Amino acid sequence: MTVFEPEAEIATLDTEEVGGEVVGRSPWELAGRRFLRNKLAIAAGVLFVLIIAVSLAAPLYAKHVADTDPFVSNLSGTFTQNGKTIQVIQQGGGKLGLGETPVGPTWHAKYFLGADSQGRDVAARVLYGGRASLLIGIGSAVLASLLAVVFALIAGFFGGWTDNLLSRLMDLIWAFPVYLLAISLATVLLTAPNGLKIGFVHVSPGSLWIPLVIIGIVYVPYIFRPIRGQVLSLREREFVESAIAQGASNRRLVFSEILPNVAPTVIVLMPLIIATTILTEAALSYLSIGVQAPQASWGTIVEDGQGLLYTRPWVAIAPGIMIVLTVLALNVLGDGLRDALDPRSKLRTKG
Amino acid sequence: MATFIIRRLLWLVVVLFAISILVFLIFFATPGVDPARQMAGRNPTAATIKNIKHEFGLDRPLPVRYGLMMKHIFISRDLISYGSHTKVIPEILAAAPVTFSLILGAAVIWIVFSILIGVAATVFRGTFIDPLLMILALIGISLPVFWLGEMVNLVTQSRAHGFFLFSWVPPLGYTPLTQDPVKWFEGLIFPWLTLSVLYIGFYARVLRANLIETESEDYVRTARAKGLSERRVLMRHTLRTSLITFVSLFGLDFGVLVGGGALLVEVVFGLPGIGYLTYNALTSLDLPIIMTTVIYGAFFITLASAMVDLVYAWLDPRVRTA
Repeated sequence: MTVFEPEAEIATLDTEEVGGEVVGRSPWELAGRRFLRNKLAIAAGVLFVLIIAVSLAAPLYAKHVADTDPFVSNLSGTFTQNGKTIQVIQQGGGKLGLGETPVGPTWHAKYFLGADSQGRDVAARVLYGGRASLLIGIGSAVLASLLAVVFALIAGFFGGWTDNLLSRLMDLIWAFPVYLLAISLATVLLTAPNGLKIGFVHVSPGSLWIPLVIIGIVYVPYIFRPIRGQVLSLREREFVESAIAQGASNRRLVFSEILPNVAPTVIVLMPLIIATTILTEAALSYLSIGVQAPQASWGTIVEDGQGLLYTRPWVAIAPGIMIVLTVLALNVLGDGLRDALDPRSKLRTKG
Repeated sequence: MATFIIRRLLWLVVVLFAISILVFLIFFATPGVDPARQMAGRNPTAATIKNIKHEFGLDRPLPVRYGLMMKHIFISRDLISYGSHTKVIPEILAAAPVTFSLILGAAVIWIVFSILIGVAATVFRGTFIDPLLMILALIGISLPVFWLGEMVNLVTQSRAHGFFLFSWVPPLGYTPLTQDPVKWFEGLIFPWLTLSVLYIGFYARVLRANLIETESEDYVRTARAKGLSERRVLMRHTLRTSLITFVSLFGLDFGVLVGGGALLVEVVFGLPGIGYLTYNALTSLDLPIIMTTVIYGAFFITLASAMVDLVYAWLDPRVRTA
């Protein structure tokens, strides 16, 4: 790697890696081509889309394949498999042949992964859980990015006391431990008997909005910091100066000069933030302060499975595998996007 | 340097003050929430609620209430848990050694392994070993720690417990070091490993990226030009510089873990530390305990980050003027 001419090096890299002309291609096009050469990242992207698709198909699976309602307990139900009638909750099966044990994985359409302690189909619940987990994960990441970008643009663009105030505020949230902040907010909101009332907005305690907004707020500073720094340095660049010289309004400077230049950073951060928010949601739900019954998420299903861990481990294993696959796919995707969009990044881990 | 220290410590005071206000507002001033009822836990008696209203002066203005809360936590330290009717502060102090045992052991493991993996990946760059190690590190980062703990329990406590490799693993729980050092160690080894997996993955990746970046520095080329062995270049020059980021990350993560970040591991392995205390308080909605552990944790984390900044400024003079 040449130290003296990083620019020249990037240019040759581009021609080698991308193949063909660099001249006349937009940075986005070059990034797209670089990304398409990264097979691992594409595979990760496909996997993530597949997980979303499968989770969206949860009602179809529950209705047409498993033929149960995974939100209604089914303690005395039976089902037939290979001509035999099987009880969903079986008597005995504990250590001394006492107690009740839900049916284990049948590896067939009905109760593919077995039942949980309420006699509900675990496979169908995992798919439904994916909807809540992904919704909260993606939703809170989008919320955090939106807030962070707006604050960063205001802080970086106007500078002065506005910048000082916003940066200090972000430092404060940053200083607050993520889990503890989320725990305090969640406990207080979940115990409010009639839910939260702010003006016209009324949120019931079981709403998915509560974990979504809490997790979203907690991660704002993590996106705010890098973007504010970038806005500050972009503000001093020649193309912004020339736009000012041409009499561009503040609005135009922010939206058509600065915003397009911070977009790649947001795009690179996005999968990594979603990975983090999904893990946070799972942890909060596992601690029973995230998604509330009757809703389910991967985290709550792992918690359900804890009591059955030694007898019916699949209740806990299956949602965990879904979390790992999703988060891993997002991390690989994030690495790939960073390599494609930001080849000079210090964080670059490849080559 | 003196100005930097003063400025940093002043900011620390501001942050601690602001955090205590934030916690106060969350617990006492969230709209639609009755703090007295909340503080009283599940199924409170009318007397308990009345008692809390009096103790925290809930009919008085907000600043007075804030003062009363601070008094109960820091000065008179007589906050009563409404679940077990015991004093909160001694309970937290009793749980602290468990948390420290867990974190210190895990920290040793994650430092050793992340340095080994980070250096190995850099040394074997261009072979299959580097991408293999980095994929493993990425998987480590992607594992939810509470689930990993459950899987470890499933194997060591149930499925493979009869197998000689795991038959020595004691049942979940904690034995104090002073009571039986061997049992202490046996009971903690899997919690340590579980807690350190995430950090091993993360630190190994950061270290590798740093090592590769330092490779292109002038002084590394100079070191090579004067004929130092690769090994010496790595140990004395590249690794040393790369460890600066490593150390500052470590300070922050250690602070977060002491401040309650080890909660999930403590819950999964049934270790009665501070996180476990918080968790039990969560399930019974025992607000005095949650409030105190949150404030305690937040204070510890901000202290850690201040320490890191000071050490950093001491190591690198450029930071002081920033």
